Amino acid sequence: MNIRAIAAIYKFEMARAWRTVAQSIIAPVVSTSLYFVVFGSAIGGRITSIEGVSYGAFIVPGLVMLNLLTQSVSNAAFGIYFPKFVGTIYELLSAPVSYVEIVIGYVGAAASKSLLLGGIILGTAALFVPLHVAHPAWMLLFLLLTSVTFSLFGFILGIWADGFEKLQIVPLLIITPLTFLGGSFYSIRMLPPFWQGVTLANPVVYLVSGFRWSFYEIADVSVGVSIGMITVFLIIFIGIVSWIFRTGYRLKT
Amino acid sequence: MDAIIDIQDLSKTYASGFQALKDVNLQIRKGEIFALLGPNGAGKTTLIGVVCGIVNPTQGRVTVAGHDIIQDYRMTRSMIGLVPQELTTDAFETVWNTVSFSRGLFGKPASPQHVSKVLDELSLLPRKHSRIRTLSGGMKRRVMIAKALAHEPEILFLDEPTAGVDVELRKDMWATVRELKQSGVTIILTTHYINEAEAMADRVGVINRGELILVEEKTALMQKMGKKQLMLHLQNPIDTIPPRLAAYELEKNASGDELTYTYDTKSERTGITALLKDLSDAGIRFNDLQTRQSSLEEIFVNLVSSRS
Repeated sequence: MNIRAIAAIYKFEMARAWRTVAQSIIAPVVSTSLYFVVFGSAIGGRITSIEGVSYGAFIVPGLVMLNLLTQSVSNAAFGIYFPKFVGTIYELLSAPVSYVEIVIGYVGAAASKSLLLGGIILGTAALFVPLHVAHPAWMLLFLLLTSVTFSLFGFILGIWADGFEKLQIVPLLIITPLTFLGGSFYSIRMLPPFWQGVTLANPVVYLVSGFRWSFYEIADVSVGVSIGMITVFLIIFIGIVSWIFRTGYRLKT
Repeated sequence: MDAIIDIQDLSKTYASGFQALKDVNLQIRKGEIFALLGPNGAGKTTLIGVVCGIVNPTQGRVTVAGHDIIQDYRMTRSMIGLVPQELTTDAFETVWNTVSFSRGLFGKPASPQHVSKVLDELSLLPRKHSRIRTLSGGMKRRVMIAKALAHEPEILFLDEPTAGVDVELRKDMWATVRELKQSGVTIILTTHYINEAEAMADRVGVINRGELILVEEKTALMQKMGKKQLMLHLQNPIDTIPPRLAAYELEKNASGDELTYTYDTKSERTGITALLKDLSDAGIRFNDLQTRQSSLEEIFVNLVSSRS
């Protein structure tokens, strides 16, 4: 194992986050605060509580998930896409590193940034509403699994993308809508039965539901199913990444 | 021969069907400077790409110091430094960080001493904290060399190291490459500047349309270059060259109004004086004469065009 290479990639990627600290950290914090002000106050004024939890507190896990998903995907996608775009990927491909090491470096850094961001958003949320975490260990597990899984997805996206447009489209037009429709800001039990069924096809439902359970012990689907689904996504993405490296898809000619 | 790189029957066909390399066989000797010459699209970069692990070969085998580049990729890649043709840098990183990154990526422990030494040798030390995008083109090129040298490679590939570099910098670059050779590094450079190969290489390989058409010691090529030709334009065309002039091995053109004498500029006697006297004695008059030297460039062009 070329540990030094993993460390070099990880450090390099983390340095990139600090260089663009406004974009990486501050922007999500500002947008989260805006969600709180708008959703929390405006809708919270109408819906006072869901299943015994105040609306403001209810949306916190959903907000964290929203940011975790979009940031994991965009961070990891950009991290590997940029060297491809400017051409510095030659160095990675000619270095004595295995594919596993490359993935650990890039995905590890993207997941770390997401975790850091999740923490910052939770901290920001705590300024607006009283937070209660019933199962901290489960909460951390959900944070970790989600960050890693969706950073892997972002890594795949970054390799697949052949332009900045594709890089933007997936987080904006797929991840964000799925998160909004995945019960981030409401309980899917509030939907008509037909739409409840449809919603279950949305992978984000399982992430938000499980994560919310770790806070308030209320869930749309059982926590076991949530963990199971995340694990399934993780396995699928690992499968795709290993296929990419085996074939050199969009990396080698 | 002590070959540090051994390329056997290497072929590469891209997905588009384009065959970039055709059965290339090449051995690079330890410690030499090998210049790979060829026109654009000849396969120079593909050849380098295969050895460095960027391009998957379609067929053939490459070993570096006896290790297979695919099975023992960690071993072979850690021995190789690559400076690609395109100026591709992390524009927002500092010189120091990007060179240190390269060292780590190639599995070497951090060594500020070595990074300093490399930067110093490439006259980059004063700019070590500058972001790369603020550097001039020549400096960026040197940053890329510094990155390639960060992990103390035994073999250095320089793909068109002086493309787009001004004359002054080109001379600097040549000096740098010679110093690297002095320190024991084996250097393979590609170029389409013949004078670059002349100035630096120990051996020269010519590649065209994916085929390696010539590999020769530079001095042997220089000898060919040492040949000069004297062309005599005759007043009256002749049908045959008089027997008394046979020793000069003159060549007559089809219309019989031009004779060509090939001589060696490096030999003590070129034979020109005697030839002119003998021509005069034979009653052959000429109204014009010119000399020309067949340059490496011409040899190269002839080689390339005769194959295509």
